[in-house]
Amino acid sequence: MAAAEHALRLRGDARVRRRRIVNRLMELLGTGAALVAVAILGIVVVSVARRGAGELSWGFLTGSLPSFAEPGGGIAPLIVGSAILVGLATAIALPVGVLTALFLTEFAPRNLARAIQLVIDLMSGLPSIVIAIFVYGLLVTGRGQSGYAGAFALSIVMFPLIARATQEVLRLVPRSLREGALALGASRWRTVLGIVLPNSLGGIVTGTVLAVARAAGETAPLLFATSIYANTVQTDPRHALPNIPVQIFIWAESPDPEDHKRAWAAAVVLLGFVLLTSLAARALLARSRRRHGR
Amino acid sequence: MSTIPATEELQGRGRRRDWLGDRLLQGLTLGAALAALAAMGAIVWKLVDGSGGAFGKFGLAFLWGDVWDPVKGVFGAGPLIYGTAVTCAIALLVATPLAIAIGLYLSELAPRGVRGVVGTLVELLAAIPSVVLGLWGILVMAPFLGEHVEPWLHRNLGFIPLFGPPQSNGLGVFTAGLVLAIMVVPIVASISRELFLSVPRELEEGALALGATRWETIRGVVLSSSRAGVAAAVILGLGRALGEAIAVTQVIGSGFAVHTSLFEPGDTLASRIAAQFQGAASNLQISSLFYLAAILLVIGLVTNLVAQIVVSRFEFQRAGAD
Repeated sequence: MAAAEHALRLRGDARVRRRRIVNRLMELLGTGAALVAVAILGIVVVSVARRGAGELSWGFLTGSLPSFAEPGGGIAPLIVGSAILVGLATAIALPVGVLTALFLTEFAPRNLARAIQLVIDLMSGLPSIVIAIFVYGLLVTGRGQSGYAGAFALSIVMFPLIARATQEVLRLVPRSLREGALALGASRWRTVLGIVLPNSLGGIVTGTVLAVARAAGETAPLLFATSIYANTVQTDPRHALPNIPVQIFIWAESPDPEDHKRAWAAAVVLLGFVLLTSLAARALLARSRRRHGR
Repeated sequence: MSTIPATEELQGRGRRRDWLGDRLLQGLTLGAALAALAAMGAIVWKLVDGSGGAFGKFGLAFLWGDVWDPVKGVFGAGPLIYGTAVTCAIALLVATPLAIAIGLYLSELAPRGVRGVVGTLVELLAAIPSVVLGLWGILVMAPFLGEHVEPWLHRNLGFIPLFGPPQSNGLGVFTAGLVLAIMVVPIVASISRELFLSVPRELEEGALALGATRWETIRGVVLSSSRAGVAAAVILGLGRALGEAIAVTQVIGSGFAVHTSLFEPGDTLASRIAAQFQGAASNLQISSLFYLAAILLVIGLVTNLVAQIVVSRFEFQRAGAD
């Protein structure tokens, strides 16, 4: 009797031990996976920074693009061009995105809302190279490349991001606030402009900043729209505008090691901008969440 | 007293303004929504319209045609579809387990303080522009793979035809798949984290109270109740991998042939379009690029729809379980 009990406990112990070991192993695997992801981010950021930072100088940031096979040169035209492109794209995508989200949450009949929601979801899954070909067919064939075409392509990338972010914050506006305003006799439009929008401004700004960060790094949509440009600062969107991502792509494909150095340096600028804006947006989001969670 | 307008007059004016304001805002928002619909419609129409020339000439045989010859004017997408499938398969094989493990770590294992930091870092990985990742891919990752990893795989697993003799520069399908995996991981990881966090706390606590270890709880409760959602997340990741053009163009080495070995160069639908951006010679070639984009559009729409159907059924299931 006593022996049997003993044997039972022993077997149980072995099984428990095995279960503990499997458990520990799996926990380690999970932790390891997270470490791998963080390590990849670290490796990419460090190797871009290490190779690019040395090339950065005031002259590089403010100079014109190098003419053919010449040493030196700078990326001022790229920075200006990218800023104009992303600015124009935001000017298109922000109002359309916010208004669409307002329509969906405040006005739309159910069926239409579902159709538009589907379109927003499909658009956010659209490969950016498909957008590039579309814009090429719509705006570039026959007219030639232009900053407007590039900005339009970027706005298609940004629109679903902004619309979705706005929708999410609009849904968070408490029903009681809306009903309170309506009960006081305010009309629909006054309620929306005076109560709903101001309450969701933080979220809309965050969503827009994230969309800007995304658009600033998008290369494919610009590839057919604004990739053949002059090497000085251009500000007229009716012509092709130099921009950072396409130029990195061109420099990366070049066999010349000088071009690779320039690509790394431009990548530092782009990566720095994108990561900092993303972080800032996230910090903003965390703050507004804390405030709402009160 | 006469300076105060009659209430009726005041109401009338206010009402008219409110009526106008309501209509105006409604009209504006409706207009924006319709513009989005129109843009989507225009995209489909333009791609169909643009690929008409190539479709008329090659028909559906374009899908398996294995020649891309701008001089003779013969185009086909067979090897590109193959390249797309292989790179995406590598990406998903590598990324899925990694991403699920990260999702589990962030939702179940990580200490509170670490959670936010690591979560943010994983999301920042998604923010790296593809052109920067591609640049790093060509100049850092590909040479490393070509000199160390691929020879090792060839030596030890060379009896499998997939691991043929390596290229010295490391540019090829294998490298492209790994770069895509880096892009897919954060997408799948952040969606699965949300899924795992939404598993009802009582279920997990119930399992723990019954004496299950943490891993047994994860396997039996967390994973099994979010299987469909994870599948949808992987499909969304697949959508990202399918359409990525820039980084793939940079590291895949460009070649129009079907090789069994993963270390040989190749091309995907998206990378072929991107690679030809300055060099399309004839209308037929441009039309063929439109055709490639149309194929991508169809695949992209289908993957997205499938993911949504999976999600909606999953939500239904969860709602039913409550």
